Amino acid sequence: MKALRKFLDKKKPLFQKGGKFAKLQSSFEAFETFLYVPNTTSHTGTHIKDAIDLKRTMSVVVLALIPALLFGIYNTGYQHFLSLGQSAEFMDICIYGLIKILPIIVVSYVVGLGIEFAFAQMRGHQVNEGFLVSGMLIPLIMPVGAPLWMVAVSTAFAVVIGKEVFGGTGMNIWNPALVARAFFFFAYPSKMSGDVVWIAEKADSFSGATPLAHAATLVDATGNTATSIYTDHLSNVWDMFVGLIPGSIGETSTIAILIGAIILIASGIGSWKIMASVFVGGYTMGAIFNLVGANAYMELIPAWQHLIMGGFAFGAVFMATDPVSAAQTARGKIIYGFLIGFLAVLIRVLNAGFPEAMMLAILLMNTFAPLIDHYVVQGNIKRRLKRVKVNA
Amino acid sequence: MSEVKKIKKGLDIKLIGKADKVLEKADRSETFAIKPTDFPGLTPKLKVKVDAEVKAGSALFFDKYRPEINFTSPVSGKVVAVNRGERRKILEVIIQADNELQYEEFKKANPADLSREEVKEQLLKSGLWAFLRQRPYDVIANPADAPKAIHISAFDSAPLAADFDYLVEGEAEAFQMGLDALTKLTDGKVHLNINAQKTQSKVFTEAKNVVINKFAGVHPAGNVGVQIHKLDPINKGDVVWVIRPQEILFMGRLFQKGIYDVSRKIALTGSEVKKPSYYDTILGASVRNILKAQLKDDDKIRVISGNVLTGTQIPEDGFLGFYDSQITVIPEGDEYEFLGWALPGLKKFSMSKTFFSWLTPNKEYRLDANLHGEHRAFVMTGEYDKVLPMDVLPQQLIKSIMVEDIDQMEQLGIYEVAPEDLALCEFVCTSKINVQDIVRQGIDLMIKEMS
Repeated sequence: MKALRKFLDKKKPLFQKGGKFAKLQSSFEAFETFLYVPNTTSHTGTHIKDAIDLKRTMSVVVLALIPALLFGIYNTGYQHFLSLGQSAEFMDICIYGLIKILPIIVVSYVVGLGIEFAFAQMRGHQVNEGFLVSGMLIPLIMPVGAPLWMVAVSTAFAVVIGKEVFGGTGMNIWNPALVARAFFFFAYPSKMSGDVVWIAEKADSFSGATPLAHAATLVDATGNTATSIYTDHLSNVWDMFVGLIPGSIGETSTIAILIGAIILIASGIGSWKIMASVFVGGYTMGAIFNLVGANAYMELIPAWQHLIMGGFAFGAVFMATDPVSAAQTARGKIIYGFLIGFLAVLIRVLNAGFPEAMMLAILLMNTFAPLIDHYVVQGNIKRRLKRVKVNA
Repeated sequence: MSEVKKIKKGLDIKLIGKADKVLEKADRSETFAIKPTDFPGLTPKLKVKVDAEVKAGSALFFDKYRPEINFTSPVSGKVVAVNRGERRKILEVIIQADNELQYEEFKKANPADLSREEVKEQLLKSGLWAFLRQRPYDVIANPADAPKAIHISAFDSAPLAADFDYLVEGEAEAFQMGLDALTKLTDGKVHLNINAQKTQSKVFTEAKNVVINKFAGVHPAGNVGVQIHKLDPINKGDVVWVIRPQEILFMGRLFQKGIYDVSRKIALTGSEVKKPSYYDTILGASVRNILKAQLKDDDKIRVISGNVLTGTQIPEDGFLGFYDSQITVIPEGDEYEFLGWALPGLKKFSMSKTFFSWLTPNKEYRLDANLHGEHRAFVMTGEYDKVLPMDVLPQQLIKSIMVEDIDQMEQLGIYEVAPEDLALCEFVCTSKINVQDIVRQGIDLMIKEMS
């Protein structure tokens, strides 16, 4: 490793001010700091620092996403062979899934990081680590049938419009990965809904609709039809929990997502307040619908089942908790999370146009997070002003 | 006695090198220095020139805007140098000490018999006034104010901090006399805040004419700012004063013996010290003789006057800070670390559980001054809240300072905090933001705008 360090030290002046490649300084630094934690020491303030940095933080989140990714790879292959009615070996299933998913991940990272590097270079900034997570999140919320060029365009849109126009990592108001998905959803609707896209190369006769799409048909169904839709497509709760259902690549398995949630909460990176209150909010709205029972959707889907259907769990654990676009205050986080869960179930049940309402609910609350924080901060200010009167 | 106030938010950073309660001997320092940079916001005016002869207690310089506040020489001898920095800013006034100390004579008196003005005058003249600091702003107290209360923290919860019990041992009389002087200065109460679990010294527990409050819990439980917040928070317009126990001893000695005697025990601590222990020395002493035989000689080191969170870096032959009763020596750590951010990190300390060192919660660490990362924009949230036991929103406050929004700073609690109270926020910050510097800038701005 000493040789590598020597090599870097030798090349470094070329990339610094006045050097031959001074214009590429950001890129050089990005690689250098990836290989070596820099030798900078503190000169003012605390002399010692917590060992954590943004690279570590982001890599923990990526680590938390790995179970969902691995399961997504398996499920892609599993759904494919299931739709064809073939039985396949475990390895074949995994290899098939890998062949389908790896290109999407590569495209997401190459396009996203390319733009990030370019922007950092242009602005003379350092390359931030934020995209390490976004780059993994984007593939996981794409349908497996998504054409690669659409993934590329969505990613580019997300990085440029979702993030860089606001000033880059730490400045964005919406979760960049969700911006990518929202762009995809509105730009190429045929690739994000219906029953074709969720299973890779499925047999035509096989229904490839997601449970949410089935559930949405319950709204107009009555009597026996409703019951049969439910028993045929929505009663296998165990499969939904495990994740052996059609859906976006990484969001089907509640178990895999929960493993990620445990990693995030235990490491102190993800906010348990947000996660918990999203689930509480979703359950609350579901329970209200159960009470109202105006149509078969409200009646037949028990409140807790909303939490394992579609992107609800994935959104709660990985999307809503994005520290930049979420509410920043402790109390704000609870309100913010609750409203996400509440709205997600509300939209998904009442608006057949958006069965996958989690994305919209989170983007909406991203928009309102600063407002929530504003009121929490005002609350703190009022409480502290009151103190004066008590004393006086 | 009052109930125990438990501080739950915070963080104890366990480091190698806690001082044993043994008083070691070192050669007496030859040179001493008073550093105007130890006093934030001060504009010093010199009273002495190089080569002047001074006694212990002779004024060296004074505050340009409050000329009654003197800063005096800790020893007798000759002024050998006045070191200046950029724009002729005075950095150090250095005194070569006599072998036998000569003292300026001050009036011996029992402070209980004196009036407030007499006590004040004696403290101002002798230079002890500089030890009284005020909140808000964490600067030297304004003699024209009548503070709402005076707060004394009788313990320090910072990493490797000196044990105050040990520092005041055997000086109960001087301590009580100092307290009596303090009670003259306020119409309100004098609060002596002790650690319910640790403080045992009768000097503290049997102190008279003061209110004794009990605290327990993790750092920053020993920070007087946190204690004030829990007992009697500062509102706009309030002024409270704070002072530390060793400095009360100086006041006691002044009234008892009529001399400016600022000899103090200090703790020599840190992982790069062979035998961490206590030393007898005098305020402003050069640390060279104390460090001489005590440094491990392998790595590059950093000497800090004070603790690792709030102290000041000094050279190996530098001088003890005005308010410090501790020297800490840690490794410098200016080295590259191959893939450091990705390693399991058993030897790294983090509040988050992203390094496997969380498996060994009681381990003591040898931490260096490396930043462990690069400066970034604010990304993580809620980190600061975990280590600030106040009803203050630290991240919002820091942001309001960064955009210089005076109203917002005021509303969010700039009056209640000193940089040291947010030192842990700076320690845990993922984005490596210089929180204490920002707080100090905010305070400076408030002083400029509000007066």
